[in-house]
Amino acid sequence: MGAFVVVVAIGIAVFLMRGHDETVVVLPSQDGHTGTVVVQRGEARQVLDQPYATSRTGHKEVERLSDDEVKQTFGNTLQALPHRPTAFMLYFITGTDELTTESKAELQNILSALRERPLPDVLVIGHTDTVGDLLNNDRLSAQRAETVKGFLVEVGIPETRIRTSGRGEREPLIRTGDEVDEPRNRRVEINVR
Amino acid sequence: MRWTIALALLGITATAWAADVGEIKVVQGAAQIERGKERLPVKVGMAVQEADKVVTAAESTVGITFADNSLLSIGPNSVLAIDKYVFDSTTHAGQFDSTLSKGTLAVVSGKIVKQSPEAMRVRTPSAIMGVRGTEFIVRVD
Repeated sequence: MGAFVVVVAIGIAVFLMRGHDETVVVLPSQDGHTGTVVVQRGEARQVLDQPYATSRTGHKEVERLSDDEVKQTFGNTLQALPHRPTAFMLYFITGTDELTTESKAELQNILSALRERPLPDVLVIGHTDTVGDLLNNDRLSAQRAETVKGFLVEVGIPETRIRTSGRGEREPLIRTGDEVDEPRNRRVEINVR
Repeated sequence: MRWTIALALLGITATAWAADVGEIKVVQGAAQIERGKERLPVKVGMAVQEADKVVTAAESTVGITFADNSLLSIGPNSVLAIDKYVFDSTTHAGQFDSTLSKGTLAVVSGKIVKQSPEAMRVRTPSAIMGVRGTEFIVRVD
């Protein structure tokens, strides 16, 4: 009887002390590139840098989970990942807050990205080229950002979800001297997430 | 006088740290955030703060987008603590530490990791992961 109790007690102790069963898997990202995760478990260190490379407690070697196994165990978790942040660029006619013809078309892509998201978060940053003085360009870049915000609000994106800022000629895409008419610098960046 | 300014600055920084670091974008089923003594039901649009603990029920999931564009999703029956989150939106320097004590977690790293590899760490009961990018999943049984 005493021995039985001891055996049961040891059994319970072993059960309580058993380590967690842990799994870490590195996935190929959407652009096909695979990143790296370094797993440190006590003294042991594993570097996961191949698609589906897997580290498990109690396993010394790096293993590889199949895509199916990942889907089975992590499918619902992966499905809950928010939409990927994405960025767009719109370009303007010189000295104005009027979009180029190409950029008017791009506006449609932005709208569909926004409609995909239940709760879109938009950051609109206006820029200018180096034609004109600094102050005027600050004003123009802010105005460009506001114009784009106006388009978005017009199609139903809540105003509270859109932030704007104007960076003037401080952050050119293409570095130029002063007073250079550079179409690629007359732009608004739209970050959607 | 100088000290007063320094203290005032510290105060501002401390407030900034307590501020929102992410936003709940996806909720399925039931989940709550433990914030100090509060227990808040998780809703889409809710802000996530440093030191929050996200707890999901069975068949429930939560997706969060952070200030640096890091994305996290938490599977059913999981507990994830946001231990530390600091991000400078100008330099992209920062630190993002979290702990998964049980359940499943999916991670897409953001600007913090791009700027300084391994500035994002995920802890589990038996391991610590340094993240050099970009997508990975963790399960603790």
